[in-house]
Amino acid sequence: MKIDIILCGVGGMGALSSAAIISKAALEMGMYMKQAETHGMSQRGGDVQSHLRLSDQPISSDLIPEGQCDLILSVEPMEALRYVNFLNKKDGWIITDSNPFVNIPNYPAMEEVEKEINKIPNHIFHDFTKIAKEIGNPKGVNMVVLGAASKYLKIDIEKLEDAVRANFARKGEDIVDANIKALRAGREVADKQL
Amino acid sequence: MDKLLLLGDEAIAQAAIDAGLSGVFAYPGTPSTEITEYIQDSKQAKELGIRSNWACNEKTAMEAAIGMSYAGKRAMFCCKHVGMNVAADPFMNSAITGANGGLVYIAADDPSMHSSQDEQDSRQYADFAMIPCLEPSNQQEAYDMTQYAFDLSETYHTPVMIRVTTRLAHSRAGVERKNDVRKQNELTLPSDKRQYILLPVNAKRHYKSLIAKQADLMRESENKGFNRLIEGTDKKLGIVACGLGYNYLMENFKDGKCPYSILKVSQYPMPENLLQKLYDESEELLVVEEGQPIYERLIKGLLKNDKAIHGRLDGTIQRDGELSPNSVAKAVGIEVEGGFEIPSIVAPRPPKLCDGCPHRDSYLALNDAMKEFGDSRVFSDIGCYTLGALPPFNAIYSTVDMGASITMAKGAAEASLKPTVAVIGDSTFTHSGMTGLLDCCVDNIPVTVIILDNDITAMTGSQKSSATGRIESICTGIGVDPAHIRVLSPLAKNHEENVKIMKEEIAYQGVSVIIPRRDCIVWANKKRKMNKK
Repeated sequence: MKIDIILCGVGGMGALSSAAIISKAALEMGMYMKQAETHGMSQRGGDVQSHLRLSDQPISSDLIPEGQCDLILSVEPMEALRYVNFLNKKDGWIITDSNPFVNIPNYPAMEEVEKEINKIPNHIFHDFTKIAKEIGNPKGVNMVVLGAASKYLKIDIEKLEDAVRANFARKGEDIVDANIKALRAGREVADKQL
Repeated sequence: MDKLLLLGDEAIAQAAIDAGLSGVFAYPGTPSTEITEYIQDSKQAKELGIRSNWACNEKTAMEAAIGMSYAGKRAMFCCKHVGMNVAADPFMNSAITGANGGLVYIAADDPSMHSSQDEQDSRQYADFAMIPCLEPSNQQEAYDMTQYAFDLSETYHTPVMIRVTTRLAHSRAGVERKNDVRKQNELTLPSDKRQYILLPVNAKRHYKSLIAKQADLMRESENKGFNRLIEGTDKKLGIVACGLGYNYLMENFKDGKCPYSILKVSQYPMPENLLQKLYDESEELLVVEEGQPIYERLIKGLLKNDKAIHGRLDGTIQRDGELSPNSVAKAVGIEVEGGFEIPSIVAPRPPKLCDGCPHRDSYLALNDAMKEFGDSRVFSDIGCYTLGALPPFNAIYSTVDMGASITMAKGAAEASLKPTVAVIGDSTFTHSGMTGLLDCCVDNIPVTVIILDNDITAMTGSQKSSATGRIESICTGIGVDPAHIRVLSPLAKNHEENVKIMKEEIAYQGVSVIIPRRDCIVWANKKRKMNKK
């Protein structure tokens, strides 16, 4: 069993937090894992990404080979497209929020972005931001997306919840609860609609 | 013991703590920053009294580490690859003095220049100084090798380099810790009182002993086990796989069985006997190095070999940039089916100054102030404010190395460029800008130095700046006329006033300093949250 995931978005949207949470949960389950991320300059409104690899066998490379990624998990639609060269053409999935984050003058027309995502056979293009807002945690889009993806992750939702608790513990009980709620809301959507 | 989820950087830090470290010395720099931060945040390190404050630059940091080693204790120095240039003087000479307490230098390289101005390979420095270099290929090795590095340093009285690259520094995996924490060394002074006195008479003697040490270091490389020859069945190709190169190679063999013989290299000097054996039994060699083709060149030599040696030099692997599983697959002749083509509509999203960043207001004011002076060029430096080179600001025209804004402006002024303006951050100023400002004052050059003071080393994620609370007194002490040290508050409401002040000082025919002062917006938010707690 192996699963290779690229988590992506724009700096500050929480893509890297999601990566850290999945990693913690996977380690708890005794899986082998490697999680590589870009830091530094790219945090300032630039694109961020993390390669996350989980397996029951030892893993060699920190980077996912092109064409082998099982899942692109994105909190921004154009960012999801940036890494499709890594996606497995047959079985690879994209799960992304549908709301563009426009901080560049040449952001493409949304219809174009949607058209390109539709070309990928397996994709979920959904307004997760709306759900995050509805549950009163507009900053928790990354957790909603993660919750939706949990259905496909082969990781127990309980383990993910434990990891969310551990990850946000130092930020206080309220933040922990809000993020658990977001995670569950995402999972609920996946179970019902997707 | 349970596995810890650690970045490569953090594995090094935890290993050093467990190995009886007494102090870490560093200046922040991606991808090395997390090593020191981990020790600063570690409860265990605090209880053990391990010193870990930031130094004002890599040279002062390394010298302090050498001093701690002189006193018999275990010391670690960390920097990004270009930090090695700043520390090159103490680095080279510390190979001659040798170490007393275990002395380990961590150099974190950044091939593909994710956040750097070049992709120099620090293994070159280790070879240059003739000290051992370890190059872990995973997080567990990073932990184990750091512990070994301190022992190696004390056994052979030599500093030891550990070289990592971005992908290991910033990648997490489970790491198993040793159960016992080694006690710190007692204060012990060098028995040879002349060991650190590099007068030529002593240095000549020490250099001979450094040369004599090489045979021992080679023996360690051959026998320690971090380098190993893995025999294959197909002798058409033999592969030298260094550091992370080994991972990318093995990624292409799903059952973990590569048909070719592999020399996995994680310790230098390069093990010559193992290499010779691989060469003799293989028809051709492929050298896979993360970074520059240093060993490929050495193995190839200057004269024609009877066997082909492939690698970055003949284009078998791309000449620059990081390795990847795909580039190594291609090098060993494995076809890989890629993914989808990236749609052409995907636009680059370059990093930019944050909303609310004080540098934004400083650059808007500077651009307006400079309009009056025609086609002039502003020299700048390394930090968040380097992003002022991009639209919409297009405000600066150089970023070369730490501190170069001031000295380049000086040289340009001496070539009669008028006016000359340098923009530098507070932390970069105390890193390497102060001596340049002294040069300007000594020669009384008409240069305006704008020191953007945001109270923190922002680029690398809010590390304490040595400049905080000291900039005006430093400038006055260096010799800038206090009447021409102007502090302003970079806010939109002060724009007109700020432009006026800048114009006045740029027109002044002497050394002037302008200090736009406002907290980094990220740092301001962090402070607010910390105060709430």
